[in-house]
Amino acid sequence: MIPEDLKYTKSHEWIRVEGDIAVVGITHHAQHELGDIVFVELPEVGDEFETEDECATIESVKAASDIYCPVSGKVVEVNENLEDAPETINNSPYEDGWLFKVEMTDSSQLGALMTAEEYNEEISD
Amino acid sequence: MTYTSHTDAERREMLETIGLEKIEDLFADIPKKMRASALELDGPLSETEVRREFARIADGNCDMTCSLFLGAGSYHHFIPAALSHLVMRSEFYTAYTPYQAEASQGMLQSIYEYQSMMCELTGMDVSNASMYDGATALYEAAIMAMRCARKRTRIIVDECINPLYRNVLATYAGNLDLELVHVPAKDGHTDVEAIAATLDDKTAAVLVSNPNFFGVVQDFSELAGKVHEYKALLVMSVNPVALGALKTPGEMGADIVTGEAQPFRSPMFFGGPYIGFMTTREKYVRKMPGRIISETVDEDGERGFVMTLQTREQHIRREKATSNICTNQGLLSLTVAVYLSLIGRDGFTALAEQNISKAAYAKKALTKVEGVSLKWKSPAFNEFVLSLPQDAEKVIENLTAEEKIVGGLPLKRYYEGMDNDVLVCVTEMNTREQIDEYAAALGRLI
Amino acid sequence: MKLILEKSKPGRKGVGLPKLDVPRVSAKKAWPKELVRSHQPKLPQLAENDVVRHYTNLSRRNYGVDQGFYPLGSCTMKYNPKINEEIAANCGFGALHPLMPEYLAQGALEVMFRLEKALCEISGFKHATLQPAAGAHGELTGIMLIKAYHRYHGKTNKNVMLVPDSAHGTNPASAVLAGYKIVELPSDDRGNVDIQAFRGALNDDVAGIMLTNPSTLGLLEENITEIANSLHERDALLYYDGANLNAVMGYARPGDMGFDVMHFNLHKTFSTPHGGGGPGSGPVAVNEKLVPFLPVPTVEHRDDHYFLNYDVPMSIGPLMTYYGNFAVMLRALVYILRNGAEGLKRVSEDAVLNANYVMQRLKEVGYTPSFPRRCMHEFVLNNSDKAKKGARTLDISKRLLDFGIHPATMYFPLIVKEAMMIEPTETESRETLDNFIEVMAQINREIDDNLDLLTQAPHNLPVKRLDDVRASREPVFRYKPGQE
Repeated sequence: MIPEDLKYTKSHEWIRVEGDIAVVGITHHAQHELGDIVFVELPEVGDEFETEDECATIESVKAASDIYCPVSGKVVEVNENLEDAPETINNSPYEDGWLFKVEMTDSSQLGALMTAEEYNEEISD
Repeated sequence: MTYTSHTDAERREMLETIGLEKIEDLFADIPKKMRASALELDGPLSETEVRREFARIADGNCDMTCSLFLGAGSYHHFIPAALSHLVMRSEFYTAYTPYQAEASQGMLQSIYEYQSMMCELTGMDVSNASMYDGATALYEAAIMAMRCARKRTRIIVDECINPLYRNVLATYAGNLDLELVHVPAKDGHTDVEAIAATLDDKTAAVLVSNPNFFGVVQDFSELAGKVHEYKALLVMSVNPVALGALKTPGEMGADIVTGEAQPFRSPMFFGGPYIGFMTTREKYVRKMPGRIISETVDEDGERGFVMTLQTREQHIRREKATSNICTNQGLLSLTVAVYLSLIGRDGFTALAEQNISKAAYAKKALTKVEGVSLKWKSPAFNEFVLSLPQDAEKVIENLTAEEKIVGGLPLKRYYEGMDNDVLVCVTEMNTREQIDEYAAALGRLI
Repeated sequence: MKLILEKSKPGRKGVGLPKLDVPRVSAKKAWPKELVRSHQPKLPQLAENDVVRHYTNLSRRNYGVDQGFYPLGSCTMKYNPKINEEIAANCGFGALHPLMPEYLAQGALEVMFRLEKALCEISGFKHATLQPAAGAHGELTGIMLIKAYHRYHGKTNKNVMLVPDSAHGTNPASAVLAGYKIVELPSDDRGNVDIQAFRGALNDDVAGIMLTNPSTLGLLEENITEIANSLHERDALLYYDGANLNAVMGYARPGDMGFDVMHFNLHKTFSTPHGGGGPGSGPVAVNEKLVPFLPVPTVEHRDDHYFLNYDVPMSIGPLMTYYGNFAVMLRALVYILRNGAEGLKRVSEDAVLNANYVMQRLKEVGYTPSFPRRCMHEFVLNNSDKAKKGARTLDISKRLLDFGIHPATMYFPLIVKEAMMIEPTETESRETLDNFIEVMAQINREIDDNLDLLTQAPHNLPVKRLDDVRASREPVFRYKPGQE
């Protein structure tokens, strides 16, 4: 459940690179640990973040998890469907459950992210 | 001993199970130099001695036959006989916070009923399970508004708000990055134009009260419009008894409503416990502090009630929580629900009307006294400001000492230039006879 | 059960008000039209007996400590003596307005003055404020006092509060409300604050530490002397979370351990009822360093007269509209007087004895305490081995409900997996404790014999397990009355 073509962070976000846009979501492992997701607070389009800024929150009944921006940039789109159907993240973490898209200011930051293999090692500890 | 049950033999057996010889061994981890010497405390007293002791202590309080015209945030109201019998069911009062929903449906349902009634009274969508009191609820509303209006740190405070509340706001505000901007009262009511002129794009909220400290009621619909133009929130602190007659804060456009629900039966008890309440619009619910109860279903589809949206709260969110509030005033939210049910829909409306009627009668009776006048003629609920021809503190002091009438709160200590003014409160508990006697006594004293 | 609002019958009258003995003045007559409420609020319309039946039946769907064992760790659910309630209800304090002239409130002020003195004696502090309405409110107060102290001494750089990872969630939440940054300290394998991490976190920006001692693990902090000394060397202060004071009364006083400020929970240690979630009361006691900053008003006694003192120039200000939850203070003073010094010492002895007895016996029937040390008044089980077999702490807890026992605190402290925090308190008899142990042993057997009994529990309560997910995704916050 760790797609090969994505980049990962230690805090369990995944990143799909589409040109200078980074699509961000949380991993299958992260949604499983959280359990039934009941609420998502997303950034607003136009918000600007540095790497590792808190930019979203995902909540289950008994836990709240902050999402950190994996790359610096400006938010260009957010997944508004999640507002009414937060369970989408549980059902489809890598596709329909994406969170937001960032226009990257420095794509060299991608180099610091983990590969699928490295992430797999990270979560098997 | 008083409330423990073990016999010495039981203690010995239990120590043996643990593998210890003496009770003191249980405390071996406490370093010798930290050990306490014997405490010096009064007691132990038997129940009979305790009764005698507290009867003596209570003698130091006023003779309860005083007639009371004092309000200013704590009110003397009718308490139905059935109320304490229900609230003091020990299944309720000896329970903890309803962490185990299946064993706490009684408390959870009653809080849900309380929430429903408070929403109905204030014209809002959501109520929390309670706050500590009226002043702390107002402060919590102010910082909640800052969370709703992201990155704004300015709070405009109407000086018609109870000065005791404003002092409390100042205590807490000093710790955070927020600025309180005070706008003076104008002839006993909120200066809407001055507030509108103070609004800017850093303003998170405007705080007003209704009825205000002077008893004056006001329509804030126009102010709400202006506040919303600046994308700020209107926070209204209300005396909920007035809501039997007053247009709802919801209709006026308030975004957060708070207040003190002590008038809904809690005895005055020298200031506490009281119950702060808070209601708001659904879009702000996730920014709200405190417990919130929701309806849900169990595995068989039967209706039940649980605490919800707990990720806002300190036990999950820790330093990122919306508030640190944990224990609130659960038993008093039950009390409010029972009280409102006992007096009922018509009783609630009649209650507000009685308060208006008594205050109207008192205004007439008291202003017949030579030299006594109403400070302002604005529409008011059950309190009003009376201007005396001399220092009000002295007059009120003499009234109490000589006539056993607590005539109100002299305002000298709270507002500049109001040395001769006194805030008088009249509720359904003040009889016509008491009011007439007050007027007569005032006549003798000035 | 139906809601009281659903039982409403149009036109039915409740308890009547006093007779109106002055001319009736309606809001419509007294006020401009735009001020008048457009519709009556839809409150219930019921007779007194309808209301009495409703809430009596609701009470039967609730569980309090008067019904049975309530070992809810960290909450000190001891028996609530009835004399407390009698004194609160009958001595006439209820009719006392908070703004009455002081000479007419001498009795109430005496109660406050004596309670403050007693709490200071029990804790080893100089003065106390009784204003905070609850434990968390007390924490915020204590941290504001620390802040005022540093400000006064010009140490505005001190902006960090140290909080162990085993602390109550209120600790970090309170410190943030006072404007502090939190640095969390890990625990070591004996349940103490990790002393290396503590040393590493210590610098001149540290304003203080918030400690619970014994900790939420029920363990005494073994390095308290070093912690206190090294903080005081840097002029940082120690806050004592008094949630666990029930463990040490008469044996140790926080003031003597090196703490500078603490809060009490009158609704835990001093037997005042929790009321299904309040009202509580969280007085805060301080040593000499912090006295000048105490909230106004303080309660003083001079020339045989008690009075409220607002003349405290460096005070942080008032915390509540009036003086705190007076009726709760009253009950606590009754309790202290009933017990006296010897009684309170016995309270702590039996509280610690009961906890150790239950921990030992549970170990014998197959449960695992999280730390292999003798405990104080409570202890934490780690049920991970049971969870692996499919019985989570949640399931064991729900199964306890079937036996008429209120479950322990679940999943706290956060640092113990599958945590179950058990605090029996001193007022429970040997039979109650033995019955609990027997039930826990039976549940442990059921894990192997009939796991469904646990995972589907509770079986005989008014409702089965409730759907928390639904309540979070589609919350319903209020009843909306239909058209009538």
